[in-house]
Amino acid sequence: MNVLAFSVGDTLMKLLRESGFASFFVGDGWKSLVMIVIACVLLYLGIVKKFEPLLMVGIAFGCLLTNLPGSSLYTPELWTEFMQEGGEFYHSYGHVLQEGGLLDFFYIGVKAGIYPCLIFMGVGAMTDFGPLISNPKSMLMGAAAQLGVFVAFFGAILIGFTGPEAASIGIIGGADGPTAILTASRLAPHLLGAIAIAAYSYMALIPLIQPPLMRHCTSKKDRAIKMEQTREVSKKEKIIFPIVVSIFVILLLPSTAPLIGCLMLGNLFRECGVTDRLSDTVQNALMNIVTILLATSVGATTVASQFLTMKTLGIVLLGLVAFGISTVGGLLAGDVMCKLSHGKINPLIGSAGVSAVPMAARVSQIEGQKENPSNFLLMHAMGPNVAGVIGSAIAAGFLMAVFGA
Amino acid sequence: MMFLVFGTNPEMEHIGIGTAGIVAILGYVVVFVGLVLLMAVIYALGKAMTSRKKAAPAAPAAPVVAAEPAPGTAGEVKLYSVSDRDAALIMAIVANKLQKPLNELRFKSIKEVQ
Repeated sequence: MNVLAFSVGDTLMKLLRESGFASFFVGDGWKSLVMIVIACVLLYLGIVKKFEPLLMVGIAFGCLLTNLPGSSLYTPELWTEFMQEGGEFYHSYGHVLQEGGLLDFFYIGVKAGIYPCLIFMGVGAMTDFGPLISNPKSMLMGAAAQLGVFVAFFGAILIGFTGPEAASIGIIGGADGPTAILTASRLAPHLLGAIAIAAYSYMALIPLIQPPLMRHCTSKKDRAIKMEQTREVSKKEKIIFPIVVSIFVILLLPSTAPLIGCLMLGNLFRECGVTDRLSDTVQNALMNIVTILLATSVGATTVASQFLTMKTLGIVLLGLVAFGISTVGGLLAGDVMCKLSHGKINPLIGSAGVSAVPMAARVSQIEGQKENPSNFLLMHAMGPNVAGVIGSAIAAGFLMAVFGA
Repeated sequence: MMFLVFGTNPEMEHIGIGTAGIVAILGYVVVFVGLVLLMAVIYALGKAMTSRKKAAPAAPAAPVVAAEPAPGTAGEVKLYSVSDRDAALIMAIVANKLQKPLNELRFKSIKEVQ
């Protein structure tokens, strides 16, 4: 009996010492506690405040799981070894499969750039490029709205980030989650969690970030401009469009091939009329499955040691700058086009050039209707909006070509 | 450049402000040039499609006489991204709201605004 009591006590002590709770009080364990609080705040933002909930809930829960001491679901050390040039396990997915946890397996899809491209395929299948085809001038606003990408990149270099890190931070200004994730996973994987959280948070905050800038950069008279209906786009044009864009953009900048190729393939599934089943699968089932895997694995990269640094604060700040300047870039292009067209183009549609489909276009519509309740800018704003998706993919392709090996 | 594994360019790891400025300007120019060229391609594509459309009626065709809609019909309605079922529903709702019989209304087109 005495022996049994001794064993029970010993076992309980051992369990207590090895429990996750005890880990909070050892060394940097408190950082995990802070990350758990951050994960709960992100869950609150996703569930209660509806900040991009489809991604935010997964990211936040991945963050929670990875910071529970002892869970061993994600092993950052494995990925450090994976990236260590000349090391035994350099670029060895086999080693990750042998030693990794569940979220390490999920993360392989991010690291290999598979999930962001599949998400892009879904985006392509859900996007109607008709407004862009009927008004190709929208491309100019989509291009101008990438200004924030390069200003934030330059700002990041100024405050001490390395070239690849700055490129990954700058792409937040493209307001395109999958593009930001793909670029960060390739150029600065240690910053991936912070960049993804910043990108999706600011995308959710577009209705708050953009309107003050829109009112500041445009006149009341211009905001009330009613735009004429654009021409009808034939089915044939919509089918040819993804094929032409793929050939043209990929030949121009081959590093955009994964993103543009998948975006346009998804769009071709939608438009060609003979692959309705595939289009439906890409838009719904595939998109949902990939979103789960992408969000949880990106969230898992937010381990305390990598997330709780001054760099994260810098990313959050620069991300906001990137979003703001991209919006201003698009609006300035809108202003110029308004003047050149003698008041036929409402400059508010320029802010939709920051991709973030269709949220940014909706904001243009809402702001336009505030000045003129009979104004319907949504379809006009969808032109720069989808041009922004192509523009941010080109910007990412350029940065990956410059900073990638 | 491989897809499954991807490294960074060590020469571009630590760059100066001057190089960063050049990269930023060049990048913005590349995005602009890419999209402007794409715009030109889409314009050309649109022109080709619309000119073909215009050329088509020039071909010998039987004289078209606009037929009066049959009594009790709503006439020809052009549908853009709207199914027949949705169009029928919309027309029925409009008729109901206006308190007019459907055959006294003329619907020209119904377009989905996303």
